[in-house]
Amino acid sequence: MTKNDTQNSLCKKHIRISDIILKALIFLCSAVVVAMTLGMIIYIAVKGMEGMSWTFLSTPAFSYPYENYGVLGNIINTLYLVVITLLVATPIGVGAAIYLTEYAKQGRLTKIIEFTTETLSGIPSIIYGLFGSVFFYNIFKLNYSILAGALTLSIMVLPTIIRTTQEAIKTVPLGYREGAIGLGAPKWHMIRTVVLPSCIDGILTSVILSIGRIVGESAALIFTAGIASELTSFDSIADVFTKVLNQGGSLTVQLYQYAQRGGSEMKYAFSTALVLLVTVLIINICAKLVAYRVRKKRS
Amino acid sequence: MENENVKISTKNVNLYYGENHALKDINLDIKTNRITAFIGPSGCGKSTYLKSLNRMNDLVPGCRITGSFLLDGEDIYADGVDTNVLRRRIGMVFQKPNPFPMSIYDNVAYGPRVHGIKSKAKLDRIVEESLIGAAVFDEVKDRLHKSALSLSGGQQQRVCIARAIAVQPEVILMDEPTSALDPVSTLKIEELMNTIKDKYTVAIVTHNMQQAARISDYTAFFLVGEMVEYGKTDDIFSRPKDKRTEDYITGRFG
Amino acid sequence: MRNTFEHKLGKLNNDLIRMGGMIEEAIASAITALRDNNNELAQSVVDNDIRVDDAEKSIESQCLSIILREQPVARDLRKVSAALKMVTDMERIADNAADIAEISLIADVSAIMHIVKEIQVMSEKVIHMVSGAVDAFVRTDITLAKTIIEDDDEVDELFISIRNKIVDLIKSESCSGEVAVDALMIVKYLERIADHAVNVCEWVEFFETGEYKNTQII
Repeated sequence: MTKNDTQNSLCKKHIRISDIILKALIFLCSAVVVAMTLGMIIYIAVKGMEGMSWTFLSTPAFSYPYENYGVLGNIINTLYLVVITLLVATPIGVGAAIYLTEYAKQGRLTKIIEFTTETLSGIPSIIYGLFGSVFFYNIFKLNYSILAGALTLSIMVLPTIIRTTQEAIKTVPLGYREGAIGLGAPKWHMIRTVVLPSCIDGILTSVILSIGRIVGESAALIFTAGIASELTSFDSIADVFTKVLNQGGSLTVQLYQYAQRGGSEMKYAFSTALVLLVTVLIINICAKLVAYRVRKKRS
Repeated sequence: MENENVKISTKNVNLYYGENHALKDINLDIKTNRITAFIGPSGCGKSTYLKSLNRMNDLVPGCRITGSFLLDGEDIYADGVDTNVLRRRIGMVFQKPNPFPMSIYDNVAYGPRVHGIKSKAKLDRIVEESLIGAAVFDEVKDRLHKSALSLSGGQQQRVCIARAIAVQPEVILMDEPTSALDPVSTLKIEELMNTIKDKYTVAIVTHNMQQAARISDYTAFFLVGEMVEYGKTDDIFSRPKDKRTEDYITGRFG
Repeated sequence: MRNTFEHKLGKLNNDLIRMGGMIEEAIASAITALRDNNNELAQSVVDNDIRVDDAEKSIESQCLSIILREQPVARDLRKVSAALKMVTDMERIADNAADIAEISLIADVSAIMHIVKEIQVMSEKVIHMVSGAVDAFVRTDITLAKTIIEDDDEVDELFISIRNKIVDLIKSESCSGEVAVDALMIVKYLERIADHAVNVCEWVEFFETGEYKNTQII
């Protein structure tokens, strides 16, 4: 009875050393991650503020020999790249995902396609750049242009969009499909009205991930979208569209150029990095807001 | 019982999932405006049989069906049968309430919209009538445009029944419609089945034998892919002819 | 599977058999006490009636509890409902036996039994019917149940002829009117007991076939 008392007593807390050690280790791991992230952000912010000014944000960088330091041209180029890439890649990616999960006979072919898309997502981006420069620059005669860059990036983010959307489609409960089919809904109607709305979260996630990759990409862009950073004038509506055929270096490409020259221009590399960080942050917040509103509308 | 018509007649039905012979030579006639219950242990083929009636098994890869299925004398499995029309005539309610993640109104209007009804006034009327028919209107009338997912399980299932009857089917198949519900919701749905059978022919799969005894007019007992016995519910539950049926309904199975 | 249920049904069956034994004993003892004018035996039959009443209540409550908790169907439902009906007839048999014993306590009808020999024949027949009914139940023997039901006609005929003989005795004033009336009552009780035995047999038939008095009632 006495033995029983010590073992079963509800009041006495039993402490295991191994639990404490493990807990401490796990805490340490997360602390390191947080500290590194915060450290990096603070470092970039501090270093970046040195070269940061309204002029930096509101003027473009001139071509060599850099009489003026700025990033406005690059910010606009980056936004162009994001929008065009998503406009191209999202419909194709979502369409491919729907085909693969809903229509294609599950078998060898879909396995091969899925394997290929997975492999594609693992290829270093410089290879996309090389391919894009040959394929779009030479064959399609797009020269160095934002369009060539965006198309190259589209190929690069397609696997991400396809895989993420596929996973999202797969999580749509069987009951929804059965319910729609059981009411006599044709398949495409069922997909359009029940499956896609249910996995809009997943599609948005893939879009957010893609934006991250697009904004952060440099290697694939140098040979395709070029490195130009001047500001083109928007005199007419047509200019908004013709711009895509012009060269346009993204923020990352500009950062690379500032960093490469080093010396006194190094601080501008950090300022560009800060702009990049803030841009990514803003895009993420926007995407989250959109996802939240979509979800709220549905429930 | 003489003036009972046959709604769905099935003869020599065999169904295979790949190598697995899931239904063996089933002969069964489902009577018009009656509730027919399918009982039997798990994996006996009763759900498979039910789903073969509106060709939901078509969605299962490797599923092969032989035999004749006649809906009012028309072959359900003939070439050229539009399964969408078939499923409008033979509706289905599933085991887990599965309202779509949209408003109650849109859920019920889903079927009519699929089949081409666009007029707002018409849809309003169908939605209201269906919800009344499914005995859930009073509980949801103030929140028709709220998400159907915000309802309780029992309400969701009744909305699903409303959704099924909104396309004015002739037959409603129910696959264990109350197995995920609490007793009060279960009773409400059983009560509802009794009221809708004047308009529809109902076939229900249930694991709950008391439920089959309470609500059905006819009962079929399935065992490992065979239909062992089929008859009036009163007879099956009082004087089953087959020893296996008796063992199952008295709980001495296995 | 359903061991608890099987156990409950088994206990119900055993209790019915035990009660059957009690009523067999009651009617046999009542007749013996009557014939031998054995007051002690008669008193024990009267006293034991309360045990039969208790058995009836216990069986009724078991049946209701099984219906409540186990929702029996098919054979099980027929078993329980037959038991519920049968137990009433069995209790009546014991009641009538106690009635006979009570009469034998206050009156000596042994003399009349010697004159009207059929009373002895009838009482043996009734004892036979009661044991037969109990046996038919215990073994679920429909053939036996059917022969017992048929035996009732003989008992009814015996009753008529005994009644006529007693009427003759009263007319010829060869016995006291009081004794004659007592004897008539005893014979009437015997006739009632035979009817209850028939009822028991009919419930046995129902248990096996779902038919009661040739009508499908379930």
